[in-house]
Amino acid sequence: MSEVVISARDLRKAYGPIEAVRGIDLEVRRGEIFAFLGPNGAGKTTTVEILEGYRRRSGGEVRVLGRDPATADRAWRERVGIVLQECRMEPKLSVRETLRMYAGYYRRPRQVEATIELIGLAAQADQRAGRLSGGQQRRLDVGVALIGDAEMLFLDEPTTGFDPSARRRFWEVVSGLRDLGKTVFLTTHYMDEAQALADRVAVIAAGAIVGEGAPDEIGGRGEAASEISFGLPEPFRRGDLPAEVGAATAAGNGRLTLRTVDPTAVLNQLTGWALRRGIELDRLEVHRPSLEDVYLDLTGDQ
Amino acid sequence: MALHQFSYDQRIFWRNPASVFFTVIFPVIFLFLFAGLFGNQEIEELGVKIATYYVPGIITLAVVSATLVSLAMNLVVAREAGRLKRFRGTPLPAWAFIAGRVGNSIVVAALMVVLVTALGAIFFDVAVPTNTLPGLVVTLLVGAFSFCSLGFALSAAIPSEDAAPAITNATVLPLYFLSGVFIPETEIPAGVLQFADLFPIRHFFEAFFAAFDPATSGPGIEWGHLAVIAVWGVAGLLVALRWFRWTPRGD
Repeated sequence: MSEVVISARDLRKAYGPIEAVRGIDLEVRRGEIFAFLGPNGAGKTTTVEILEGYRRRSGGEVRVLGRDPATADRAWRERVGIVLQECRMEPKLSVRETLRMYAGYYRRPRQVEATIELIGLAAQADQRAGRLSGGQQRRLDVGVALIGDAEMLFLDEPTTGFDPSARRRFWEVVSGLRDLGKTVFLTTHYMDEAQALADRVAVIAAGAIVGEGAPDEIGGRGEAASEISFGLPEPFRRGDLPAEVGAATAAGNGRLTLRTVDPTAVLNQLTGWALRRGIELDRLEVHRPSLEDVYLDLTGDQ
Repeated sequence: MALHQFSYDQRIFWRNPASVFFTVIFPVIFLFLFAGLFGNQEIEELGVKIATYYVPGIITLAVVSATLVSLAMNLVVAREAGRLKRFRGTPLPAWAFIAGRVGNSIVVAALMVVLVTALGAIFFDVAVPTNTLPGLVVTLLVGAFSFCSLGFALSAAIPSEDAAPAITNATVLPLYFLSGVFIPETEIPAGVLQFADLFPIRHFFEAFFAAFDPATSGPGIEWGHLAVIAVWGVAGLLVALRWFRWTPRGD
C-alpha cells in the first residue's frame, strides 16, 4: 500500500461553545481519490480548511504531507493545490492570463497550455474569466489549483450549481487527475459524484464520522439485499408466484417487490416462471441500495 | 515575484472601467471644470492664479483615488470574492501580494501627477515645478505610501462589496471639501480648516500646493505637513496589521 499522506487523529474544532468537529479520524493514501460526504453544516468545510491550513484546530493531531498544516510554509504550499468552496476569479483576466499569473507563484509550474487543455477550456483560453459560465469558471478554478503541479488537491464541493453535462465534464477532469497520480480530497453532497470518482468515501454527520469505506462497500452495501420489482399482468396474483422466489410484498401501485441477497438465482426462477406461462413482467427492475440510500441511512436524514 | 504580481495588477487596473474612471478621468474632468469654471483670476489672499491652486488640489484628489480609494475598494471586492483567501493558499508570499498592489497604486499615482501637471501647464499656464521638484516627489512618495496603508486599513472596516463605494466616498468626499481641494481655502471658515487639519488630506494638499506656489523658495519639502501624513500612514499600517482580513466576512 502507498504511504499515508493525510492523517487526522481525534481532530476537533469548536466555535465558542459549539463543537463543529468532534474527534474525527481520517487516513488518505497517496494516489487515492477520497470523497468526504455529509450534509451542509456537518463539518465538511471546517475539516477541509483545517487540512488546508486555513483554520486552527481545537484539538487532535493532523499531518498533511508529513507536516502540520497549521504551520504551513511556502515549500508545503507548493505541494498542495486548493479549490475553495467559493471563489470568483478575477473577471478582467483571461483564462490564459489567470493561469500564467498563478503559475508565477510556483517554482516548477505545469505548462499553461497543457493545463488549459486538461480543464477543457482551450476554446475559451483568451476569454475573460468574467464572461465564462459557472461551470467554466469552476474548471478554471481547478486549473489554478493544478497549475503548481501539486501532488495533492483539495476540492471543496467543486460541482455545486453545475448542470448535469458540466458535472460530467468536470468528472472527466478529476479522473484525469487520478491518471496523473494526484491525491484528491473531495467534499461533495452529490452521491453520484462520489460513486463515479472516489476510491474511498467517509461520511460525516454532526461533526463525527458515521461511515467509511469504498463506495460499493460502505454501510454494508456490499452485502445488502437487492430489490427486484415488477408488475404482473391480469389475472395473475401475488399468490401465483413460485415458492422459490420467496415472499413478495405489494408496493401498492400494483407492483410487487422481492428482497434477496441472491438476485441472480431469484431472477432466474422468476423469469423462467414467467416465460413458461408466456407472460411479460411489467417494467422488471433490479435495484441495489444506492450510495444515496446508505448515505441517508447513515446521516439519519430519513 | 512582486514584479510579476505588479504586472497583473496593472492589467487588472487598466481593464476596470470604474477604477480608470474614478482615478484618471474624474480628476481630469474636475481640473477643467474648476479651473475653467472659476476663470483664471488671482486669489488675492494667496497670491496665485485659480488654476495654480487647483492643479495641486486635483493632484491630491488623484493620488488619494489611486491609493486609498482604489485599494480599499478593490481589496474588498477581491476579499469577498474569495480571491485573497485563495492567494493565501498558494506559495505567493503576503509581502509580494502587498508590494504588487502598492506598487500598482504608486505608479498610477505618479502617472496622474505627471498628467495633471502637464495639463495644467498646457491649458492653464501653470508653471511646472522645477526648484520644488524634490518637494513634489517627496510629497508624492510619503503621501502615496501613507494613503496605501490607510487603504488597507479602511478595507478592514468595510463589511461587504456593496458597502465599499459608500464607505470610501463617505470617508474622503467631505474631507476634499473641508480641506480646500474642491473649494479654495480662502472661502472656508478658519474653524473648518482647523478641523480639516486633523486629517491627512488637508496636509497632503498643502504640501503639494507648496510645490506649485511660485512664492515657495527652496526645494519645497514641507516637513511639518509630511510628518502629519506619515503619522496617519503609520496608524493605518498598525490598524491594517491588526485587522486586515484575507477571508470573506462570515468565513
